[in-house]
Amino acid sequence: MELHILLIFMIFAAIVAIEVKDLLSSVIAVGAVGFALCLAFLILKAPDLAITQLVVEILCLIILIRATIKKDLPLVIEGRWVFNTVSTLAFICLFLFFAWTALRELPRFGEPMMTVVKKYLSEGVSKTGAVNLVTAVILDFRAYDTLGEATVLFTSVIGIMAILRRPGRKKPEDIDNAR
Amino acid sequence: MTLIVKTVTRLTVGLILIFGIYIILHGHLSPGGGFAGGVIVALAFVHLMLAFGEDVAVSKISRNLASHLESIGALMFLGVALLGFLGGSFFLNILIKGSPFKLFSAGTIPLSNIAIGIKVGVGLFAIFLALVILEKSKGAK
Amino acid sequence: MILYMLCLMLFCVGLYGVLRKRNLIKIIVGLGIMEYSMNLFFVLLGYRFHGRAPIDAQDQTILNMVDPLPQALVLTSIVIGLGVTALVISIAIRMYEKYGTFDITKIKRLKG
Repeated sequence: MELHILLIFMIFAAIVAIEVKDLLSSVIAVGAVGFALCLAFLILKAPDLAITQLVVEILCLIILIRATIKKDLPLVIEGRWVFNTVSTLAFICLFLFFAWTALRELPRFGEPMMTVVKKYLSEGVSKTGAVNLVTAVILDFRAYDTLGEATVLFTSVIGIMAILRRPGRKKPEDIDNAR
Repeated sequence: MTLIVKTVTRLTVGLILIFGIYIILHGHLSPGGGFAGGVIVALAFVHLMLAFGEDVAVSKISRNLASHLESIGALMFLGVALLGFLGGSFFLNILIKGSPFKLFSAGTIPLSNIAIGIKVGVGLFAIFLALVILEKSKGAK
Repeated sequence: MILYMLCLMLFCVGLYGVLRKRNLIKIIVGLGIMEYSMNLFFVLLGYRFHGRAPIDAQDQTILNMVDPLPQALVLTSIVIGLGVTALVISIAIRMYEKYGTFDITKIKRLKG
């Protein structure tokens, strides 16, 4: 029951974040969606994910606010707006109808099938010695995926340092003038 | 920044750093792990930079040192993976397992947690250094 | 079933933001909302009634636990989402310096 209320709050906050005209207000609304998601992870009995989502959300908010402060712009509505909006909403309704048909094949909420995880649950503590089963899965049973994730983070840090570099070389005309 | 922010920062930034290290080290006993702890360590340094300006934060970890530390963290994780070759296959957990619920148990898992914590923490702080330096050079123009 | 449909409606709100908005920051906000909804969908798949968090305890007997495998996958996905958002924001900052606006209909030159 609490999950339904939390999800409806998240949908309202997301609609506010997309529609409001001020950039700072929309960034704060996205922060509200992230914090409600952390509460949802706590209700679904996942404490690892709640801690990680909370601190990642705070860092993401700081980066977004640093980028958008003092940079508003006035927007104007151009022609063909009605046709574009109606066709996008029609596509979204079609997508939701097919999703409803497909989601009926899943098992009921609260009774997962758990065919792969039986082995991890029964011999996880004895084989790895770690009491936290999520850490045992990501660092012992499926450590290759963690190596892939470390590579992705490393690549994104290098990419940001390459994009935001101050130009350090002199332009050719400066070198000619100094000669 | 105002005086209230600076005083509170001076009191709490050491505690935030120690809390992040605690979550990294106890990753196999309680919820948390390398990623959450690394982000908390990065947040401690970002807190210092936001309250006191960029010079104080750069005097603790310079740009060169941040870049080197991040590479050392990634290479340490790869080293722990290659250590498994001594036992038979890639990423095998070969150190002693110990008894559960103790701090020095679970083989190579605490070493992997420390490597990932260093890498994530220092890498995210390097992103912030790149962002703030750009703002300052734009404002000076 | 209603929970899965609400989760996909959150995904559609983000999708509308990516498709129809002209401001670059609104597109990035829509991308972030899509990531949140998909992480929530994965964790909803693994929940079990009267389950317990997947951590062993010393003094209690555990009857049944929540599924830990989707939680491990979502932990990876949250941190990758942070990296992608940071990279896209830095590209947006650079584009604002070069073109002077966040409006995507005025950013038409493909070279230089």
